[in-house]
Amino acid sequence: MTALLQARGLVRCYAGQKSLFTKPSLVRAVDGVDLTLNPGETLGIVGESGSGKSTLGRMLLGIDAPTEGQVLFDGQPMPALHSAPWRALRAQMQFVYQDPLAALDRRLTIARQIGEPLEIHGLATGAELAERVAELMAQVGLRQDQGARYPHELSGGQRQRVIIARALATSPRLLVCDEPVSALDVSIQAQVVNLLRDLQERHGIAMVFISHDLKVVRNICDRVAVMYLGRIVEEASSDQIFAQPEHPYTQALVSSVPVPGKRLQGRILLKGEPPNPAQRPAGCAFHPRCAAALQICAQSVPPLQPTAPARRAACHLLDASHAGQAA
Amino acid sequence: MSYVSIRDLKVSFDGVQVLHGINLDVAKGEALGLVGESGCGKSVTWLAALGLLPGKATVSGSVTVEGQQLIGTGRAAVEGVRGGKVAMIFQDPSSSLNPVRTVGHQIGESLRLHRGMDRRAGRIEAVRLLDMVGIPGASKRVDLYPHEFSGGQCQRVMIAMALAGAPDLLIADEPTTALDATIQAQILDLLATLRRETGMGMVFISHDLGAVGAICDRVHVMYAGRIVESGAIGPMFDAPRHPYTRGLFDAIPRLDGTRDRLIPIHGTVPDPRHMPQGCAFAPRCAKAQAFCNSDVPALKPQQDGRQLACFYPVTAPATGTAATDERLPA
Repeated sequence: MTALLQARGLVRCYAGQKSLFTKPSLVRAVDGVDLTLNPGETLGIVGESGSGKSTLGRMLLGIDAPTEGQVLFDGQPMPALHSAPWRALRAQMQFVYQDPLAALDRRLTIARQIGEPLEIHGLATGAELAERVAELMAQVGLRQDQGARYPHELSGGQRQRVIIARALATSPRLLVCDEPVSALDVSIQAQVVNLLRDLQERHGIAMVFISHDLKVVRNICDRVAVMYLGRIVEEASSDQIFAQPEHPYTQALVSSVPVPGKRLQGRILLKGEPPNPAQRPAGCAFHPRCAAALQICAQSVPPLQPTAPARRAACHLLDASHAGQAA
Repeated sequence: MSYVSIRDLKVSFDGVQVLHGINLDVAKGEALGLVGESGCGKSVTWLAALGLLPGKATVSGSVTVEGQQLIGTGRAAVEGVRGGKVAMIFQDPSSSLNPVRTVGHQIGESLRLHRGMDRRAGRIEAVRLLDMVGIPGASKRVDLYPHEFSGGQCQRVMIAMALAGAPDLLIADEPTTALDATIQAQILDLLATLRRETGMGMVFISHDLGAVGAICDRVHVMYAGRIVESGAIGPMFDAPRHPYTRGLFDAIPRLDGTRDRLIPIHGTVPDPRHMPQGCAFAPRCAKAQAFCNSDVPALKPQQDGRQLACFYPVTAPATGTAATDERLPA
């Protein structure tokens, strides 16, 4: 089976703070990411703000060009940005945004917006278009009479359904969802999560699900990659990574999730805050906050390597040759 | 004797009623949770109580702090309480801080106003407060501006400002919602520690049942401008009895156990302009009967000490332990 999407050594740099007297520093928002996504698979990307997860999502979708490295879709390198083949490829991959109101045009009706991708890619016109739009609306649980409404007349959950219907219009093979349910209330969030699960099962769409909500990620994803300061620090199946996190950062992240009925005691509290990507600590980026850090952690960057079948982690502590120093 | 007592608090905006008679008490030193989805009125309750709503809001009812009435008694009465006795912190710290003043100046302002300190004493106290809320290098950073702090640190500064008036009660309105998971855990820990050390009471407004459960003693669940269930955290979390409370628990994905489909609550929150005639939750409720659509259930005390506003509640479990299993998705 060939992978649907493959990322090799992705790096994305932004020019940092400019000042009159200093050279602009380069901020490596994403710093060497390798990923594979199989057809029909859901990959979760979790991390805190500034970890580069959204930037990574945009590069995987080919709407941001990587500074280094490349993205392969169907084994083929992503065509140049805004070229004709790149445009044609848009129909096969779609983006679901966090803030549905900002992603919708306030002056167009819901039905027009859902049908727009079909018009742009020349997939349907006239009666066929109307029929396809009605079908899409039914799929995401919108009523037909809502097609004539404008975005502001819908609730947050309904708007997110519109975004999903629009993303599905061209029958894509890949969906990148950036915090698709974070802005929604708990009861509505469950509706949208179920909808995404159903659609994925029915159409076999591969999905990259970017979120900071570990509980939602665990429910919807097959596999999860944890990012810290632009790098993947751990990757494993959803079942494994939450039950037995290996990397100290993942352990803290999982432990920090408030679970109803559990008091604060026994949670791992990290010191400090994620460092500024512009001032990346030497060695392992997590070592200043890590309770188990060794001397070597401040000196060399731990590589992301297999720790078990289908599991990867980047931590010196997991490396047998350093384990003796921990005592 | 409760410290804050709210009776029949009603609020309407431009003739649309959003709060339909709230009754609640906060005892001295108690941590009370207020849970509900957006628009249920959990923030409005406290903004109204502290006179922080815009002029177009109509507020009626009674709010007393240590027996002193705040509703309809003029600015002086409210200002004597706000900040000094009851302080409030908000979800978005960066928009609550003044960007062109140093954090030391802003904390000092509160100290001058509520504790009558002069500039020099205020600065020393500001450093102490910043240190207390866990800002490293407080003596140097007291002269920095809000943009020089991260989001989590801005929330710490806000907490320091709220503590400046040495309040008896802190109203925390979604204090951790905008923060990252690991920072959220730090702030929750800070709030719990401060409460333990100062004996200050706390009202924790949040949509996150997990966070509320971690730091509160009692919880009120609100829906569409009314309290629908309230009680001690333990029994409420073990066996929620209002179908809405139960629905909220069911809708949360789990971090352990199976990864089954979630159980959502169908439909959406009613529009306050077109409220259902009977129970506001009836249109979304699986247990609703015809009666629920015509009559509003009152919040009534139950045998186990909780209060409940439902005609057909989820049945109480026979033993306390059975409830936890019942909640697992089948």
